[in-house]
Amino acid sequence: MGSLLTTRIEEAKAKGRKAVIPYLPFCHPDCERFWTEIEGMDAAGADVIEVGVPFSDPVADGPVIEEAVNECLERGACLKGILDGLAERKGKLHAAIVLMGYVNPFMQYGWEKFAADAAAAGVSGLIVPDLPYEEAGEIKALLRAQGLDLVPLVGLNTSADRLALYAEDASGFAYFVSVLGTTGARDSLPEEVFEKLTLARKAFTVPLALGFGIKTPEQAARFGDLADAVVIGSAIVSHTKAGGSAAQFLAPFLK
Amino acid sequence: MTPKKDTTPTDSGYYGEFGGRFVPELLMPPVLELTRAAQEIVASKEFQDEFTAILRDYVGRPSALYHCPNISRELGLEFWLKREDLNHTGAHKINNTIGQALLTKKMGKPRIIAETGAGQHGVATATAAAMLGLECVVYMGEIDVERQAHNVRRMELLGATVVPAKNGTKTLKDAVNLALKDWIANQRTTHYCIGSVIGPHPFPELVRDFQAVIGLEAKEQFAARTMGRLPDAVVACVGGGSNAMGMFHAFVPETSVRLIGVEAAGTGEPGCYHSSSLSQGTPGVFQGTLTKLLQTEQGQIEPSHSVAPGLDYPGVGPEHAWLQATGRAEYYCLKDDRALNAFFVLCRKEGIIPALESSHAVGWVLDNADRLPKGGNVIVCLSGRGDKDMGIVEEVLAKDPSAYSDIYSAKYAVKGPKEGK
Ligand SMILES: Cc1ncc(COP(=O)(O)O)c(C=O)c1O
Repeated sequence: MGSLLTTRIEEAKAKGRKAVIPYLPFCHPDCERFWTEIEGMDAAGADVIEVGVPFSDPVADGPVIEEAVNECLERGACLKGILDGLAERKGKLHAAIVLMGYVNPFMQYGWEKFAADAAAAGVSGLIVPDLPYEEAGEIKALLRAQGLDLVPLVGLNTSADRLALYAEDASGFAYFVSVLGTTGARDSLPEEVFEKLTLARKAFTVPLALGFGIKTPEQAARFGDLADAVVIGSAIVSHTKAGGSAAQFLAPFLK
Repeated sequence: MTPKKDTTPTDSGYYGEFGGRFVPELLMPPVLELTRAAQEIVASKEFQDEFTAILRDYVGRPSALYHCPNISRELGLEFWLKREDLNHTGAHKINNTIGQALLTKKMGKPRIIAETGAGQHGVATATAAAMLGLECVVYMGEIDVERQAHNVRRMELLGATVVPAKNGTKTLKDAVNLALKDWIANQRTTHYCIGSVIGPHPFPELVRDFQAVIGLEAKEQFAARTMGRLPDAVVACVGGGSNAMGMFHAFVPETSVRLIGVEAAGTGEPGCYHSSSLSQGTPGVFQGTLTKLLQTEQGQIEPSHSVAPGLDYPGVGPEHAWLQATGRAEYYCLKDDRALNAFFVLCRKEGIIPALESSHAVGWVLDNADRLPKGGNVIVCLSGRGDKDMGIVEEVLAKDPSAYSDIYSAKYAVKGPKEGK
C-alpha cells in the first residue's frame, strides 16, 4: 500500500497545482475551534494537514509558533487529545494527516504504543525536527511497521552525502526547510534555495515540500516545479489568532 | 552491574543508553564539524600546549588543594577543598570557556554565543572572548537578567552583548533554546559555547575534557601530600554537571574512590520546584540529548528551582545519568536551607565565602559525615566563590535573621537532617 501523503501530493499535481500543507498546533486558537479550523481547511481542499503536537521547548520554531504552542499547553493540549480527536474523525477527513512534534512527548507516550494508536486514528506520518538521521533508525522502523511515514527534514546546509542518506529510504514526502533559521513568515526567501532545492530534487524520488517562511502563493510559485508542495505555518497561526479562518487564508493557495 | 571504566562515548555520543544528538538536521553540519574539530584540533599537542599555558598564566592554575583544619577537626574526617573559586572570574566555568573560545578561533569563526543562568558562564565566555578577540553574545533569561544585574554589567564591560530570553519560563533553559536558534541561523560564523556537560554530542565530552583538569590536579596534589594515596570520596554539586564531571573524570577508573554528586532539592516541601534531575527525574530528550529530566508525564519540561541560580536547570549531563545507572557514582540532593547553613559554616570556620552552588556539595558532607569513613579523606570541589550570591544571602537573612544563628556550631550541622535517598 502506498503512502497517503504521497498520494495526496500527487493528486494535487495532477490538478496542476502545488499541494497545500497547512500547519496548526493542537488547541490553537482554542481547543474547540481547532477542530472547526481543521474541518474547514479539509473542506476547502487542503491536501495534507500538519497537526502540531505542543512541546514546551520548540527549538526549531520561531516566536509566533512558540507563543501559540505555549498557549496551547496552558489549555491542556496533549498527544492523547490529538489522537482521540482524530480517531473520532477517522474516515471523515479527505486530507492526509501528519503530526509535527518534538521527540520527548512521543517518547513519553511510548513510541510503540504511539505508532499503533496513531495508525488507528488515521495518522499517515510524522515530522520530528529534533530527530536527525542518526537517531531515527529504530523509531522509523517502528512507525513503518504501522504504515506511518517519517518525513525527513533537509535544508540549505544539507550536504549531498546527507541528502543521499535521507533519500535512501524516504517515504511520504521530504520537507525542505527554506531558511537557515526557525519557522516564521518571511518577506523573501534566500536565493540559495533555488540551487539547493535542485540538489534535493535530484536526490529524492518522493515529493518535495517547501516550508518555513512561506506566507504567499507567489513566494512558492517562484520555485516552479522544484517544489511539489508548500507548508504554511506561522502565517496561518497569526491569521487564526487574529480571528480569521484558516480555510479563508488557504483559498489563494488552492486556486 | 560492574562499574564502567571506559568513559569514551560511542561515535554517536552515547554513554550507555544516554546521550546522542537530538537536534534539527539544520544543526547537524555544525555539530559534525565540531565533532571533527574536537578530534583533530583539541587533541593536537599544539592546542593542548596553548590551552595549558593560558590556564596557567591567565586563569591561575593549578588551583590550590586546601585542607580545612577546623571543619576536619569537627567532622572527624580530613576535609579538603579543590579551590576552583580561586580561578580568574571566580568559578570553574573559565576552564571550559577558554577551551571552547580557543577552539572557535582555530576553527576560523569570529563569533561566539553562550547561554547563562546565574551569569557565571556568561562572564567566563565574555572574558575568554575578550581575551581571544571574538565577538560575543550571551543569552540570559529575562528573570535572571534582573536577578543577576551585577553579572550583566560585568559581561557588558567585557564587550559582550546580553540578550534577554523573554520566552517560556524566562530562565536558563529558555536562554539555551535561544542560543540554539541563533546557532541554527549563524552557524557559518558562530560557535555555540555550551556551559555544562549537556547538549548534543560532542558537547558533553568536550566540556568534560576541558574541565577534567580539576580532577587531574586534585588527584596529583592529593597524592603528593599523602605519599601517593587516593581520597576516599570526591564530592561536587551538580547543575548541568560540569564541575562534577571535571572532578570525577580522573577518578572514575579508581573504583575505591566514591564519586558523590549533590543536586539542589529546592525548599524541600512536597510539590516544590527543585533541580534534582538525577534523584527525582526520568529519562527523556531535551535540548539535544537523552538524559534524566524534570518533566510531566506528557513529556513537557517542568520549571526548576534552587536558591543557587547556577543549579537551576531541569536536565543534567548524560554521562552523569549513565554513571548513576551503572552505580559508579552516587547522587543525592540537598535542600536550600542546608546549603545556606553550609555557606555560613564555611565563611565562619574557614574564612572562605563559597558560591551557593558549591555550598550544596559542602553541605552534603557536613550533614552526612557519618556516611563517610571516620578519619577518611574527602575532597569537595569548591566550584566558585560566593561574592555573586551576596544579594540572595542578604535577602534570606532579612526574611529570617534567626534562621542561621546556629552557624557557630558545625556540630549542629553534622546532626542536621539527612538528605538523599
Ligand atoms: C559556581 C558554580 N558552580 C556550579 C555551577 C553548576 O554548573 P555545573 O553543574 O555545570 O558545574 C555553576 C553554574 O553556573 C556555578 O556558577
